Amino acid sequence: MEFALSEDQRMLQDSLNGFLKDAAPLDTIRKIATVDEAAGAALASGLDGLGLAGLHVPEAQGGLGLGLLDACVVQEALGNAIAPSRFLATTVTAHAMRHAGEDFLPGIASGDIRMGLALTELSSRRDGAGVTMQKDKVSGKSLLAVSAVGSTHLLAADVDGRLHVVETPGLSVMQTIDRTRIFSEVQYDGDTSAMALTPDDEVLAAARLLVAADTLGAAQAMLDKAVAYAAERQQFGRVIGSFQAVKHMCAEMAARLEPSRALVWHAAHAVDTGEPEGLVMATLAKAHLAEAGTFIARTATEVHGGMGFTDLVGLHYWFKRIGVNRQLFGSPEQCRLDAARLQGWLQTA
Amino acid sequence: MDLSFSPEYEAFRKEVAGILAANAHLAPTPDDRGMKNPTRQAWQKLLIENGLAARTIPTEYGGYGAEPDILKSRIIAEEFARTGLPRAMSNQGISMLVPTLLELGTPEQKAAYIRPTLYGEMIWCQGYSEPGAGSDLAALRTAAVSDGDDYIINGSKIWTSTARQADMIFCLVRTDPDAKKHHGISYILFPMDTPGIEVRPLVDMTGAANFNEVFFTDVRVPKSGIVFAENKGWQVANATLTHERGMLGDPNATKARLVELVELMKRETVNGERLIDNPLLRDRLLKLQGEVYAMQANGLRITTHSLKKESAGLAGLVVKLMGCELNHEIARLAIDALGELGVMYEEGGHLRANGAWQARYMYDLGLIIGGGTAQIQKNIIAERGLGLPREPKLAKA
Repeated sequence: MEFALSEDQRMLQDSLNGFLKDAAPLDTIRKIATVDEAAGAALASGLDGLGLAGLHVPEAQGGLGLGLLDACVVQEALGNAIAPSRFLATTVTAHAMRHAGEDFLPGIASGDIRMGLALTELSSRRDGAGVTMQKDKVSGKSLLAVSAVGSTHLLAADVDGRLHVVETPGLSVMQTIDRTRIFSEVQYDGDTSAMALTPDDEVLAAARLLVAADTLGAAQAMLDKAVAYAAERQQFGRVIGSFQAVKHMCAEMAARLEPSRALVWHAAHAVDTGEPEGLVMATLAKAHLAEAGTFIARTATEVHGGMGFTDLVGLHYWFKRIGVNRQLFGSPEQCRLDAARLQGWLQTA
Repeated sequence: MDLSFSPEYEAFRKEVAGILAANAHLAPTPDDRGMKNPTRQAWQKLLIENGLAARTIPTEYGGYGAEPDILKSRIIAEEFARTGLPRAMSNQGISMLVPTLLELGTPEQKAAYIRPTLYGEMIWCQGYSEPGAGSDLAALRTAAVSDGDDYIINGSKIWTSTARQADMIFCLVRTDPDAKKHHGISYILFPMDTPGIEVRPLVDMTGAANFNEVFFTDVRVPKSGIVFAENKGWQVANATLTHERGMLGDPNATKARLVELVELMKRETVNGERLIDNPLLRDRLLKLQGEVYAMQANGLRITTHSLKKESAGLAGLVVKLMGCELNHEIARLAIDALGELGVMYEEGGHLRANGAWQARYMYDLGLIIGGGTAQIQKNIIAERGLGLPREPKLAKA
């Protein structure tokens, strides 16, 4: 029995963190957030060079054949650096196609097929959104699609929970609080479904788990910044981290985050090994990280005092990333409801 | 990441399951009350002889004498949880004094005390906290004044569990009033029937006297009761406090309570509707389930660190704070879900689970305070885990 990241996983994490430290410092993220396309393209091409697209694609299809736990390690690093990346969309698609993806997976692994995700309506349909399919033709709209800009194809959910692969149709940008990533509204107009996958709870669970890992990384960054600030900032003739009022805020953040890390690992491992509790764990991990992340986002900001509220320090980029993650693919309340359903706790009508 | 057990361990699990199944009929029942109940003592003896209790204590002191193996301990705990059979005795003598004596006791102390303690024949209480020394334990003032081969002890202790049942006490006393506060303390053992000791039950908010006050008036005890060395009691006590904090916040016990709560919410109804069908109550339940999963996963992570003989760092430091809080929250939801019937207590037809949820809600608040308060835990997390500086000491007036 060993509950820990493997040597390979730690190396993956270290090398990715090292890469992002150089390639995605806050200055670069700021440029991307103000729509400096060259900065975004340079980071995307650097990340492509690491071969992450094929991480969760089986080896037979030209990928690395690694699991969701490895993917979470990657996503945590991306969240820590609040870096934009197609990795989440690619990985969730690879998971959705794990039983029947021969036509697409080699292209995904090689980077020739670039995926976006339009799965929001799997958990929440608002503002008239919803996709229907008739005779292989897809119509309707999806909101808050992930990595749709620059994609060749979308993995889109229809109102019956089936998933379709379609060539990326017309998009319009949905401006969220989080400028580190671009979200889109997708309008389908009789587009052809190139591939239909059966409804599958595991796809949504995998997407949620990766968002949880993203929040884990972003929250860890905020905690680290708060602790560093508390150890350095002086008021009343001493560092503020020596005041219990401030120290306890830091302790509370750490106390909530550290077990969250183990939860993300355990849930990912459980889905990877097909444990019966895997889906429930992944779904609750999303809800749990949303709560812990939100708590840490506000508390770390408060530890920084007025500086935390400024654009100058840039803490707000992490705050907003965590804020979007909380709602993405289902709010914590929605996730908990789904976890109840997965365990058969809801009254059957 | 590999959560499976190798064939050696799976075989061990079968062996443990076999022992438990073969002896289940000998297990004590809830009617076997009292610390020295013969059925409980016989069960303890059976568990030790089969390696399911006192497993790593050397045979010369009455233990089973196995090599330490965290996975085997884990398997044993899991098999007790699975079968629902009563676990081995757990008290302050077994979990705190015995490890301390093994590490620092004299050969005479080891020979005299370890075996009867393990077999439940000798009960201990812990004399640490005082009315004026709680979180600041090292400020303790109970005085032991040298008189030939003896000390004369005067002072008092508080929060002493099992003082009324105890045969012996392991006690912190001040042997050098002039030394700095951490350097004048000794750790000493003596019988509770020594003349001059008075025990008064301390009734707490649960209505029971889970703790006591102990008063010492000119209590004469032999110096041979000192563990390790005179004025070195603080080091000895720190060795034991580590063992105590490890006892609090066990995630498997928390999981068992959550399972109980789920069953309660499926079974009980209000206005003809199951409690679990109330969306607000259900949401709270799922929130707690997520937290229980997190603490269980955190526990697995700590186990792996222990196996590698590494420090678990923050993962270990947060267990007491988060585990005790989570237990308290589980009890709070059970009470809220039961609503008007959640406040029934001690007796009566409408009582659920014998009033256990209210008792836990109150007792768990005691555990949030005891064994190092939540606020002290946060200091420890921030200072040892995050490297933040200690509060500067006030200049003496």
